[in-house]
Amino acid sequence: MNANLEQIKQEIIAGAEELNSSKEVYEFRKKFLDGKTGKIGLLMREMKNIPPEQRADYGKGVNELKEWALDFLGGLDTKMKAKELQDRYEAEKIDISLPAVETEEGNLHPITLIRNQLIDIFSGMGFEIYEGTEIETDYYNFTALNTPKDHPARDMQDTFYLSPEFLLRTQTSAGQIHVMENKKPPIKILSPGKVFRSDDDATHSPMFTQMEGLVVDRGITLCDLQGMLDVFVKKIYGEDTRTRLRPSYFPFTEPSVEVDCSCFECGGSGCKLCKGTGWIEILGAGIVNNKVLENCGIDSNEYSGLAFGIGIERTAMLKYGINNIKLLFESDLRVLKQLND
Amino acid sequence: MITPLSWLKEYVTINVTPQELQEKLFSCGFEVEEMYEVGKDISKVVVGKVLTCEAIPDTHLHVCQVDCGAHGQFQICCGADNVAAGGKFPVALVGATVYATAKDHVTVEGVMTISKGKLRGYESCGMLCSGVELGVSENMYPGAGYNGLLVLPEDAEIGADVKPLLGLDDWIFDIAITANRPDCQSIFGIAREVAAVLETELKMPDLSFTETDADLEGFTVTVDCPDLCPRYSAHYVTDVTIGESPAWMKRRLSLVGIDAISNVVDITNYILKELGQPMHAFDLATLEGNAINVRRAKNGEPITTLDGQELSLTDANMVICDGVKPVALAGVMGGLNSEIRDTTGSVLFEAAKFARDNIRRTSRALGKRSDSSARYEKGVDEYTTVMAMKRALHLVEELHCGKVSRMHVDVNTGNSVEPRELKVSIDKVNACLGIVVPNEEILKIMTNLSFEPKIEGDSLILQVPAYREDIETYQDIAEEVIRMYGYEHVVPAFMPSAQVTIGGENLAQKSELRLKKALCSAGAYECIHYSFFSPADLDLLRLPEDAAERKAIRILNPISEELSLMRTTLAPSMINAVARNQKRGNLEGRLYEIGNVFLPHELPLTQYPDEKARLCVGIFGETESFYTMKGIAEKIADTLHVSFTYENDSKTFLHPYQTVRILCEGVEIGYFGKLAYDIAETQDLRTPMFVMEMDLKAVSRWYGRKPVFTPLSKFPEEQRDLALVVSREITCGEIEATMKEACKYITKISLFDIYEGEQIASDKKSMAFSVVFTPKEEAFEADSVDAFVKKILKQLNKKCGAELRS
Repeated sequence: MNANLEQIKQEIIAGAEELNSSKEVYEFRKKFLDGKTGKIGLLMREMKNIPPEQRADYGKGVNELKEWALDFLGGLDTKMKAKELQDRYEAEKIDISLPAVETEEGNLHPITLIRNQLIDIFSGMGFEIYEGTEIETDYYNFTALNTPKDHPARDMQDTFYLSPEFLLRTQTSAGQIHVMENKKPPIKILSPGKVFRSDDDATHSPMFTQMEGLVVDRGITLCDLQGMLDVFVKKIYGEDTRTRLRPSYFPFTEPSVEVDCSCFECGGSGCKLCKGTGWIEILGAGIVNNKVLENCGIDSNEYSGLAFGIGIERTAMLKYGINNIKLLFESDLRVLKQLND
Repeated sequence: MITPLSWLKEYVTINVTPQELQEKLFSCGFEVEEMYEVGKDISKVVVGKVLTCEAIPDTHLHVCQVDCGAHGQFQICCGADNVAAGGKFPVALVGATVYATAKDHVTVEGVMTISKGKLRGYESCGMLCSGVELGVSENMYPGAGYNGLLVLPEDAEIGADVKPLLGLDDWIFDIAITANRPDCQSIFGIAREVAAVLETELKMPDLSFTETDADLEGFTVTVDCPDLCPRYSAHYVTDVTIGESPAWMKRRLSLVGIDAISNVVDITNYILKELGQPMHAFDLATLEGNAINVRRAKNGEPITTLDGQELSLTDANMVICDGVKPVALAGVMGGLNSEIRDTTGSVLFEAAKFARDNIRRTSRALGKRSDSSARYEKGVDEYTTVMAMKRALHLVEELHCGKVSRMHVDVNTGNSVEPRELKVSIDKVNACLGIVVPNEEILKIMTNLSFEPKIEGDSLILQVPAYREDIETYQDIAEEVIRMYGYEHVVPAFMPSAQVTIGGENLAQKSELRLKKALCSAGAYECIHYSFFSPADLDLLRLPEDAAERKAIRILNPISEELSLMRTTLAPSMINAVARNQKRGNLEGRLYEIGNVFLPHELPLTQYPDEKARLCVGIFGETESFYTMKGIAEKIADTLHVSFTYENDSKTFLHPYQTVRILCEGVEIGYFGKLAYDIAETQDLRTPMFVMEMDLKAVSRWYGRKPVFTPLSKFPEEQRDLALVVSREITCGEIEATMKEACKYITKISLFDIYEGEQIASDKKSMAFSVVFTPKEEAFEADSVDAFVKKILKQLNKKCGAELRS
């Protein structure tokens, strides 16, 4: 009997030498350990034919063999699987310097990126976003903004006319009037949109994008304008950026200012970007001219306002170092793909 | 405004450097766009005296010994014909910079540095200079125009720098004047600002003159259009002698870019620059009818301006007439018939205020610009009109070119040239600024600006000079105060008294951004194209004459025909963008744009047109197909939580069998399809392109729709795969619809294979679907799904002729 068990054990040891894969181990194991057909399984089934007084010894012997076989083949299986895993990894050795496979994801236009940033900043300050129409009337674009027909300020803007009355808006300020006609203070709106002027060269495009801001409430002052623009400039160009107001003229604001920010390239010491001045002109602003408020039926004794207008292309060009405004409207994928911010 | 520093200094004491002056002007609202020293390119040129001058045999050259005082004595060779011993000339020392000239000795060809040289074996250490070589014209310095050496005066100090002597140390400022300050469109106007900002003395120009008894009996001046000409003054000058102006006047005119012509004409130009008032001088002998009449031109009325151009006028133009005929186009240019000539013996000076928009429109309409019209367009004030006439008469006396008669006519509409009183609240001024400017500062600033201020309680009482027509309210005073007080005093604040408002984007704005981001995640790049396009773009789409897209709004004054129509469709811009990319070697990619189309109710416009937001997607490349575009459409539908269906459609510019209209919940919202091959060819497209256009205004009614949650079935789903053989014309959509109709438990059908080929009949195709059945109220019985399948197959056979593939 023991000889039989020993024989099986030797058979397993000898057979294991021939095994080369975990699959073969599995099959080999089945040959011995399968409950119904395996050699050790069959020995267990023989139990009923063993005389009762020998059964305990027999059972013990078979069980020991089974335990040993499980352990032995289990170990072999683990070893084999470890080797197979290693082989598989070896087989998948690659040249990591080969080019990457691109996962193509598009991106927003730089003008939209800047627009969204501005909207985020000013939304947080309580500004609603109002988009006016691109086609406007002479009244809303000029007259209501304190720029009557004979006003020399009209020369500042070469206007595309569609009829004697209708034109392509030259400034998003046109939207101010619509808002103020329909809404009583407090008003805080941000009005982004396309505007049009008859200019076409390396730094001018006949269509560009402005973002107009307007606040009308009690006690609005030049100091509020400075404070608001300080926040805006720091968020867009960095915490260390400073602003400077200097006198200017727009028909719809009085006082009017140009706003410069300290050059974010050189920090104000003077470089090519700021033409050596240390300052970069970024927007026009001012206290809303009372005449404009009155044109919209807002009592200028009770309320005052501030307004500012930002050129989005200029901001985008400064921020991303784009040298030609035309690039923004040519849809060249080689350009668009670079501006993934 | 070109402003020579030397001219400015005649009226105001300037105790700062040119750079400091620039900063001061900048801080108070006058940006100096450019500033340079007149002799910026000239250096190390000194007064030299030629001691000896000997001809070099067989040449036109002379070899000279030149005394340059402290700089030393040099041997210099010179080819000029007026070099002579004893003369004083400008000497460019070794290392000096002067202008290089061409062989003609007149044309400037850049700047050169003088070095030691040898001419015909003679050493030459420096150069004797002509006016051209120093950038000095005859008008800037008498004698400088001679094509030879510039002769310096005998009393010139030997060895001294020639720049002060020749006025080359002067500075030119080009100052930007904002549209609200026409009073600063003159040297004197700027002098007023400089005096205020530097707090130094302003000197008035000399306005004195003495009238003779001469008169013009019965001469009348009438203005028929006081709305266009609120003030017209005329003064008669006798005993006129036309001649050259003095050197100082020619020099100043030259520095501001005006050629001297003759004393009388130069006086009018001088005053235009000095005071900002255009003036005109008529030769009295040419005036008929003893009268001046200012009126609107008659339609078709001709005039020949003094540049010889014949113009035909309309009643939108204004003319100055004598008793018989027009003699000047008001504010723009004099008539040829009344021009000042060498023989002119008596003159009528005109100083007038014309309406700025009338002059602008006339100038634009006739394409005729002059210094005068440019000045009138910005607006002149009557204070200056009155002052300018006096100044002109003073200059007539100073230049001894005529006698001032007592015949003076001033036709006006009663506007005062005296200061007007303005009372503003100091509180309001400070409230506008947000800071409190000390009263004494306000008084000082307003005094410096000649507003003669007084303070009574909260009231600031001002005498507004008549030339400050821009000053009307306390806001204007606030600006005057702060620009002089300094914007650095403004303290950042954050609307302490303002009410809280809730900001942010509205639903449409948020939804559009969601759409944009979804398209980006589908690999598409956002583009922005012009709102206008070309009529040729409509032809590109081969739209018929009566197509709605052809009813586009025209720009009356476009930059070019290519940018002359407001877009009625976004597709052409997208096709052009793809073509541009392909030309540059980008053969595959995905682009999209959200922009407006402009749909007029009628043309020409009498009301606002419809501006509708549209989405346009353009994809191109060998890997793109109708189905990749359909995938983008489905992505849009998913983003908006709506479902799209598609129907065959046709477009003049798209593939006849690969074009669909898109329906959102049954409503048509757009189209997509493959670009027609012949159009692709005209655009030189090398890879296939697909284009989609969607009306976002139509889609916007579904904006904000939330995803609806369907509770998961408590019972297990079953799935069956069905391979069907159908005739080739049967569509996937028809089969899916039939299946769904046959069994209400179907929750998902996906096509996973299509086969056409040898294994089935040539007019058939095999389509394999995976169908998911989801139980509703209770679990499926063991054989219920088999029963569904049986029913489905029966229906498919009946409606689509489908057989189960064996």
